[in-house]
Amino acid sequence: MLHTLVILVEDKPGVLNRVASLFRRRAFNIESLTVGHTHTEGLSRMTVTVEGDEHHIERLTSYLYKLVNVIQIEDLTGKQMVTRDLALIKVNTASEKRSEIFQMVEVFRARIVDVTSHSVIVEITGDGEKIDGFVDVLRPLGIVEMVRTGAIAMERGSDSLINTSELLFDSAAVA
Amino acid sequence: MKRTGAQIVWECLVKEGVQVVFGYPGGANLPIYDAMRAYPGIHHVLPRHEQGGAHMADGYARVSGKVGVAMGTSGPGATNLVTGIATAQMDSIPMVFITGQVSSKLIGYDAFQETDVTGITLPITKHNYLVTDVNDIMPALREAFYVARSGRPGPVLVDITKDAQQAVVENWQYDASPIRLKGYRPDLRPASASLQKAIELINSASRPLILAGHGVLMSNAMQELRGFAEKANAPVAVTLLGIGALPASHPLNLGMMGMHGETWVNHAVQEADLLLAFGMRFDDRVTGNLKTYAPNAKKIHIEIDPSEINKNVKVDVSLVGDLKDILRQVNPLVKPGERAEWLNHIADMKGDSAVRDIQNLPDNGHLYAAHVINDLWRFTGRDTVITTDVGQHQMWAAQYFRMDKPHRWVTSGGLGTMGFGLPAAIGAKFASPQSEVWTVVGDGGFQMTMPELCTAAQEGIKVNVAIINNGFLGMVRQWQEFFYDKNYESTPMKSPDFVKIAEANGLKGIRVTERSQVEAAIREAQAADGTVVIDFRVEQEDSVYPMVPAGADLHAMIQRPSALVETPQDV
Ligand SMILES: Cc1ncc(C[n+]2csc(CCOP(=O)(O)OP(=O)(O)O)c2C)c(N)n1
Repeated sequence: MLHTLVILVEDKPGVLNRVASLFRRRAFNIESLTVGHTHTEGLSRMTVTVEGDEHHIERLTSYLYKLVNVIQIEDLTGKQMVTRDLALIKVNTASEKRSEIFQMVEVFRARIVDVTSHSVIVEITGDGEKIDGFVDVLRPLGIVEMVRTGAIAMERGSDSLINTSELLFDSAAVA
Repeated sequence: MKRTGAQIVWECLVKEGVQVVFGYPGGANLPIYDAMRAYPGIHHVLPRHEQGGAHMADGYARVSGKVGVAMGTSGPGATNLVTGIATAQMDSIPMVFITGQVSSKLIGYDAFQETDVTGITLPITKHNYLVTDVNDIMPALREAFYVARSGRPGPVLVDITKDAQQAVVENWQYDASPIRLKGYRPDLRPASASLQKAIELINSASRPLILAGHGVLMSNAMQELRGFAEKANAPVAVTLLGIGALPASHPLNLGMMGMHGETWVNHAVQEADLLLAFGMRFDDRVTGNLKTYAPNAKKIHIEIDPSEINKNVKVDVSLVGDLKDILRQVNPLVKPGERAEWLNHIADMKGDSAVRDIQNLPDNGHLYAAHVINDLWRFTGRDTVITTDVGQHQMWAAQYFRMDKPHRWVTSGGLGTMGFGLPAAIGAKFASPQSEVWTVVGDGGFQMTMPELCTAAQEGIKVNVAIINNGFLGMVRQWQEFFYDKNYESTPMKSPDFVKIAEANGLKGIRVTERSQVEAAIREAQAADGTVVIDFRVEQEDSVYPMVPAGADLHAMIQRPSALVETPQDV
């Protein structure tokens, strides 16, 4: 099953490489990976979606913890969470399907962010499934180019990942 | 005080208590060498190849318990270190590697001798640093030593650009404050509920078996292991790297388990109702086929590295943390046990040890490696350090040298690195100058790092070399014999005259072709002033028994067929 992991890492050169290299070396497949700053200086946050069963993910998590620059890992799978993916899709509008495209943009609550005489760029945010659905309906209408960010995720509710960080170092959580 | 980056490197090494560094100079680390003379408290050893230097520092670390330090220049100097780094990583050896790197403004331009060393060593180090700013040298080195020796130890590499070595800090001061890294917690503790559960399993087991690994030695938990075993009357099997965790002469020590473990040891694993894995990682060479491994046993795993828990073998209870600390909590709660039935059963499997004593075999005119090792054990003191290379001789040394002391057995386990033996012995001698040091090597692996003989000669140190010379890459030949229809492809090996090689290095060389000459040769080597090389011309097609073929069931061993008996069934 697809797992969504949030990984807090030190914001230092080479850390992304360390994490990505670990996935490769231990033969885990990354579905998507995003990385960006947090509100705390020196801390970056990765969201990784990865395929695997519980045992796989446990192993992966304990390997990730062995990286000196990795501070905390949270598996959000099965928890109440918000996930978002963003896509920019350039669609050909020269055809007679033009109005159909605009209609779909409406239905999916996407936005048109660039217009030329024969193309538009559509921006859409949402969870992965919603974007997949949108892409499916646009595909027959003529997608010229597309880019997706990959998922970012956050647990719902008032708790913060960072506040609970000390707790995680009890090995009972791992064993 | 005013210090260059290069001086800061040495200042930090002094502060870490480093006494010996094994290194090789070149363009990108010349500033470090230029600054060396002002730090006479640190002895520098020049190997003949950076790999040799790495293994020396490794042998030094294994025997001393301190962090071993090796250095090299950029590019080929660093790539030559790679095998030594990977060897240390697989065996969890605390080491710091310091490499020179081209100047920071040249990085990324394929400059002369530029190699992405932090990239290359990423998967084979515990952690590594690329330092391009002189102000980062001290923090990186302090962290490197801290990371290398804490938690599950391992090698850390610090790659320092030449311009950082040359730059000057006007008001440099050593920072002696404690190190705290955001994402690194080496001090894990087991949950008390798990402790409770472990104690229950231990006290209710009737056929417990302790599997003692390298972790016992790394954690210095030898006393605690012994205390546990004696109180519970639990027999102990050791891994290849666990040799020395409990004296070989201790009645509860069954010997080595795994691919070349004795039959009764592996049968004990398969029949146990409780396995207590102390600082070991269920390597495939130890378990054989996982599907049939110890089918009746509950399993308790005490281990400092959480990623080892449930990695190869699913366990019932895991206690994550320092083994010594954990045993100190566990031992008082262990109920004294008799377990006579279990111990008697194992003794029955073992049979009459007089029958198995190879000393009792008559001299049939052949020179067997087992006899050489056995004699080496008989005629050397208890404090002797044995390092080995990799192959048949390594397994024979593990089987026949009954190591009673900890930190005296030095062998490349996880990586199985040929060429390890001689340089590791040189490093071991620096760690324990008062000890007699022998390296047991094959004719193949010895030739991989043979030039280090001259390093020993230059340093004027004495390590004795026992070449188990069978004219083959013996372990591979054995696999070809057993599993490839005796197709001895590329395993027969011609060697130089090792006696002359010794002499060419200004050392003594001795040749032994008969069993009756073994003792005299060992005594002669011991009496000589410097390093001595003995070329033992042993049986060419002898094999290591018992053997669990790779991936086979642990109890499905190939038994000894020859007169060189070890179990009563063989007689
Ligand atoms: C660097 C390296 N290359 C290849 C091997 C594979 N290998 C394992 S044992 C062995 C044979 C070693 O022969 P020798 O050194 O003569 O020792 P023997 O087995 O005869 O005692 C080989 C080639 C290895 N372990 N390390």
